[in-house]
Amino acid sequence: MTKTVTLTIDDQQVTVPEGTLIVNAAKMVGIDIPVFCYHPKMEPVGMCRQCLVEVGRPAIDRATGQPVLEDGKPKIQFGPKLETACTTPVSEGMVVLTHSEKARAAQKEILEFLLTSHPLDCPVCDKGGECPLQNLTLAYGPAESRFLYSEKHHAEKHVPLGDKIWLDRERCIQCGRCIRFQEIIAGDPVLSFYQRGRDTDIITHSDPPFDSIFSGNTTDICPVGALTTADFRFGARPWEMKAAASICSLCPVGCNLTFNTRREAKAGGKVVIKRAMPRQNEQVNEIWICDRGRFNWHYVEDPSRLTHPLVKKDGKLEKASWSAAIEAAGNQVKGNQVLVVASGRLSNEDLFNLKQLADGLGGEALLYDSLPGGELTTRYGVSAGTNLGDLGAGSAILVAAADLYHEAPIWYLRVKAAAERGANLVIVNPEATRLDKYAKKLVRCGKDEAAAKVRELAAELTAAENLVVFFGRTADRNLAEDCAALLQGREGRANNGLIGVWPRANDQGAWELGYKPVDPSTGSGQALAQAVKGKVVYLAAADPAGDDPQLAEALKGAKAVIVQELFPTKTASLADVVFPAQAFTERDGSYTSGERRVQRFYPATPPLGESRADFAIAAAVAAAAGLEVEGRSALLVMDKLAAAVPAFVGISYRKLAEVTEQWPIVGRGDLYYGGTTYENRQGLGVQLNVSTFKRSNVVRGRAL
Amino acid sequence: MPVLEPIVELARGLWTTLRSMAEKPVTVQYPEQKRPVKPRFRGRHVLKRYDNGLEKCIGCALCAAACPADAIFVEASENTDEERYSPGDRYASTYEINMLRCIYCGFCEDACPTEAIVLGDNYELSFTDRREAIYPKEMLLEPVPAGGAPTPQKTEPGKFTRSVPEMKDPAD
Ligand code: SF4
Ligand code: SF4
Ligand code: SF4
Ligand code: SF4
Ligand code: FES
Repeated sequence: MTKTVTLTIDDQQVTVPEGTLIVNAAKMVGIDIPVFCYHPKMEPVGMCRQCLVEVGRPAIDRATGQPVLEDGKPKIQFGPKLETACTTPVSEGMVVLTHSEKARAAQKEILEFLLTSHPLDCPVCDKGGECPLQNLTLAYGPAESRFLYSEKHHAEKHVPLGDKIWLDRERCIQCGRCIRFQEIIAGDPVLSFYQRGRDTDIITHSDPPFDSIFSGNTTDICPVGALTTADFRFGARPWEMKAAASICSLCPVGCNLTFNTRREAKAGGKVVIKRAMPRQNEQVNEIWICDRGRFNWHYVEDPSRLTHPLVKKDGKLEKASWSAAIEAAGNQVKGNQVLVVASGRLSNEDLFNLKQLADGLGGEALLYDSLPGGELTTRYGVSAGTNLGDLGAGSAILVAAADLYHEAPIWYLRVKAAAERGANLVIVNPEATRLDKYAKKLVRCGKDEAAAKVRELAAELTAAENLVVFFGRTADRNLAEDCAALLQGREGRANNGLIGVWPRANDQGAWELGYKPVDPSTGSGQALAQAVKGKVVYLAAADPAGDDPQLAEALKGAKAVIVQELFPTKTASLADVVFPAQAFTERDGSYTSGERRVQRFYPATPPLGESRADFAIAAAVAAAAGLEVEGRSALLVMDKLAAAVPAFVGISYRKLAEVTEQWPIVGRGDLYYGGTTYENRQGLGVQLNVSTFKRSNVVRGRAL
Repeated sequence: MPVLEPIVELARGLWTTLRSMAEKPVTVQYPEQKRPVKPRFRGRHVLKRYDNGLEKCIGCALCAAACPADAIFVEASENTDEERYSPGDRYASTYEINMLRCIYCGFCEDACPTEAIVLGDNYELSFTDRREAIYPKEMLLEPVPAGGAPTPQKTEPGKFTRSVPEMKDPAD
C-alpha cells in the first residue's frame, strides 16, 4: 500500500498518495490550477510560474516537534511567497488556496506578462478555439494589458520545423513542453532553446530537421499555436468539425484515434476528414500517436478509389449493378474449390465472414503478406490485463528481428519507457535501431543466427517475473518458435506473452479466426502461385499481382478471380468480378491489435459511391452461393463471431464500447492540462484471453 | 340647430379630405424612387476591400461562429505572394451567406476582427429560387476601389509577413 496524505485544497479535503504534486491532487477533485509548462506525462520543471498558489503547512513547535494548536486546531503557517503547484508535493495537513486574492493576482500577472509579446493571431491561428492560452486568459487573465502595443516582440512567423510542423516564433511562450516531450518521452532530442530572454527561440538541430516520427504530438501539447501541422493548416476551425472515434489502420499497435470531419466546398460539398487526433487509451497509446497515424490516412480519399462493381464481359471489366455482380460471383464460387486470400487490412467481421464463405464451400482461407508464427501468438500471445505501461523493474522484454521505431512506433515509445523504469530490455536484430540505446543487452546477428541467440538468452529472460517478447519483420519460423518457447508456462498470465509486429493492423485478428499463412515458412511467395491453380480465388484487400509479377502470371491459371478492393489494383484488373469496398473510415467494425485487444472503430464519413462493407459483400456472395452468413450489420456479425470463436467469448459491441476513468484527465475543459488529445468515450476495447483448451500445445515436435 | 349639425360635420370631413390633397405625400413611388436608409440600417452584407484592392476578410469564420442563424459558411485557404487575396496568412476561399436564413442581426459585423463584413443598405432581396438566396463571395465583395487591383494579386515577398493584418488602432 502506498502511503496517503490528507490535505485541504480550497476547503475541500483530499486524500492522495504521498508524493503527488499539488496540481494533480487538485485535478483529482476537480479543482483547476492553471498550468502551461507542466504536463501530467512529464516531470515538472516550474518554468512558467502560471501555477502559483498559496500554500500553508501546520506550524511545528521546535521544542516538542508537535503541531502548534490554535483553538484546538493545528495552526497553519502560510509562507511569505506563493509556491508553484506543479513542483510542490503534497504534505500532511497542508492547506492550499488556489483562488485566494493573492494567488489570483499572481496568476493574472503571469498571464499579463505572457501576453506582452503574444501576437493577436487568434482569428487565424489553428489553435484558436482549443488554445490553453486563450482559455486561461479568459478564465484568469486581465481584461486589458498595461504594456505598450508598439513594444511587442516580433519574430519569424513561418518557420518550417521539419516538413510536417510549422513553428510561429512569436506565438511560443517558451514553456519547453515540446523540447521535453522530444527528449523525455520520444527519445528523439531534436529540439532545443536558442538565445535567451525575449529572444528565446525553438530550434531543431537534427538533419533532416525535426527528425522524429512523434513530431505531431508536440502540436497537441503545445499550449499555444506556436506548433501546428502543415497537413491541417487552415483546414477548419476546431468548433466547426465533428468527431468520430476510430482506430489507426496502419500498424498492429491499434492506436485510438478521433477523426475530425467537415462538409467542404473544396471537396465538392462532401463530408471529408480534416485531421486525425489521438484518443486516450492508457493501455494502448496513452495520449500519443505517431506521425504515420496522424498524417497517412489520406489514402481513403484517393480519387482513384473503386465506386461501383465491375464484371468481366468479353474479356473486359465493365460497370455492373450490385445484383448482377453478386450473382456472377455466386455462380463462380458455387460448387467450386474456393481459396480466400485476405489481408489484415480487413476488420474482424470481414475476416470472419470471408472465412465462413471459405469454410462453407469447403475451401481454405489464407492470410496474405504475413509473417510466420501467427498461430503461436494465439496460444502464447499476451492476454487480458496486459499493459506495457505496467512493465518495469523485474520484467524482461525481448525484441527480436524488429525495428519497433519504424514498424510500430507507439510500441517503441512504451517499450522504451518500460526499459527506463527498469525492465531488462534485450534486442536481437541484424541492424541498429533507435531502441538500441535503451537496451540492457544488444545482440547484433544475421537472420540465420537469431534463433540460436534467443535460445542462448533463454535462461536470463525466463528468470524475470514478467516476460514480453516481440518478434517482427525479419523473423523466420525458427525464431518465432524459439520466441514462443520462452513463454512456456506463462500462457494466460497478464503482462506476459508473445507479440507479433505484423505488417498490418488486423493480422492478429486473422490468426485468432484461424486463417492459415500462405506459406508457413516464409509467409507468402511461391506457395501462393501453386495454391491458386485451378481454383476460384477470392481476394480481399490483397494485391498479389501488384506485388509480384510471377503471382500475376499464376493468377491467370486460376479458374476465376473475385476481388474486393478499395483501389483498381493490378489484381483487380485480372479479376472476373470486382467489388468496391468501403474504407474503415466509412463504416463500423473492429480490429484486433497485436496486443490482442479488440477495439471498435466508427464511421466518420459517408461511404464512397456504391461501395459496401467487406463483411456485407462476403455475406451477399455467400448467400448467392446458398450459404447463410450474417451481413446486415457489423454488430450482428460480431455476435456471431463471439459465439463461434472461443477466444472472443463474451465480446459484443456494447462491451467494446465500455470506458473507465483514465488518468491523466484529458479533453473536456482540460486542454491546458493534457493537451488536445481526445477523451475516450467510445470504448477502451477488450483484450482476448488465451483459450485454455490450447494450453498444452506442442511446437515443432518439441514439447514446450 | 339639430338640422344643420350633419351638414357641418359633412363639410368638416370634406375640408379634411381637400386639405390633405394639397399636402406633400409621405409615400414614394418605389421602385422608381427610393428613400435613403438610416445610418444604422442593416441590409445586405458587403465584404470590404482595402484601398489597394486586397480583401479585408481573413477567412477566420468568426462571423460564422457568431451567427445565430447559421447563415454563413466560410472555408479558408493560405495566401502566397504569388496569389494573394488578403494581407494576412489566410483568406476565405469560400464565403457564402444564405440570405433566407439571415435575420440581419449584425452579429457577424460585430464579430469580424478586420471589419471586413459590413451590413450595407441594400434591402432589395427577392429570389425566385431558394438557391439564389445563397450569395457567394463574388456577389458579396465590393468592387475594386479606384487605384486598387483585383484579387488575387502578385505581391513582393517580405511585404506581408503578419498573420493578421496590423490594425491602425487596435482599440478601434
Ligand atoms: S513551441 Fe509550444 S510547446 Fe514548444 S516551448 Fe513554445 S509554446 Fe511551449
Ligand atoms: S503507432 Fe501504429 S497504430 Fe499508432 S498511430 Fe502510429 S501507425 Fe497508427
Ligand atoms: S446578420 Fe446576423 S443572422 Fe445575418 S449573417 Fe450576420 S450574424 Fe448571421
Ligand atoms: S468576414 Fe470577418 S469574421 Fe468573417 S471570416 Fe472574414 S475576417 Fe473573419
Ligand atoms: S511553473 Fe507550474 S505550470 Fe509552469
